[in-house]
Amino acid sequence: MAYGEKVIDHYEHPRNVGVMDTKSSDVGTGMVGAPACGDVMRLQIQVNDVGIIEDAKFKTYGCGSAIASSSLLTEWVKGKTLEEAQEIKNTEIAEELALPPVKVHCSVLAEDAIRAAISDYQSKQEA
Amino acid sequence: MLDLSKNYFELFGMSVGYVIDIKKVRQRYRDLQRVVHPDRYVNATDYEQRLAIQGAAYINEAFDTIKDPLRRAQYLLLLHGLDFDPDTETTTDTGFLMEQLELREELSEIPLQADPLRAASAFMDRVSSMYNRLISSMAIDFEMPDEKQLQVAREKVRKMQFLKKLHTEAETVEGRLEEEML
Repeated sequence: MAYGEKVIDHYEHPRNVGVMDTKSSDVGTGMVGAPACGDVMRLQIQVNDVGIIEDAKFKTYGCGSAIASSSLLTEWVKGKTLEEAQEIKNTEIAEELALPPVKVHCSVLAEDAIRAAISDYQSKQEA
Repeated sequence: MLDLSKNYFELFGMSVGYVIDIKKVRQRYRDLQRVVHPDRYVNATDYEQRLAIQGAAYINEAFDTIKDPLRRAQYLLLLHGLDFDPDTETTTDTGFLMEQLELREELSEIPLQADPLRAASAFMDRVSSMYNRLISSMAIDFEMPDEKQLQVAREKVRKMQFLKKLHTEAETVEGRLEEEML
């Protein structure tokens, strides 16, 4: 299948690959997987005390579109508030990367991952 | 002629359940194939010939579904009224996904090992035994399939999908290693 330019760029030069300390109280971790394609995505955010995402990291095993979706998303969420990050829709990711219809579910995975990361962070603050 | 409104288990004369007798399934498959064999329809009408072809396709599909532990489980979930699309399912079981990430990392490092072929084969054995453990526990879920038990089975199906994919990728790694050694 032919990938779009932006997908290839993110795939070949993924931004923000890495891992943060899952146990740290200012880190939120979101993990999601798509069984049919075997994709596993881990997305982490580091949030400062005024609720702004200062840093984001990801690790994704999967196809080019899944990697590009998570790479792009980590770029987007940096500097955003949790509320703003929550608002990001998978359709925006799919549009930016020009994902073909069969690969749109990869962007859904990325949206699920950021939501999971935010909710993990929030549950840590309540604890 | 075949009754295409029967579900796969009925077609194979079995009760709807996860445990199967593979010998009986194979035997029944051969019997059914004989019924729709093209040789029997040489002098039949076009319509009858078409029906026979359709029947053969249905029998094949049923056989492939019943004999495969993963597809059999997916089909049973559908028969029990769970409305889901296996292709767009997602899972958020963190513990399991963490393990999957680690296994992927391990797989990517296999080519760097002293004896990579042995490592690849040991890795696949581990993945297979994880897969088989899920298969053997699945039988219980379909014995008394209430809503809760069906959701348990559905989560196992997701895990089996991951492991199957992982095994395929390990096979690819092994194939590449073997080629390099030639």
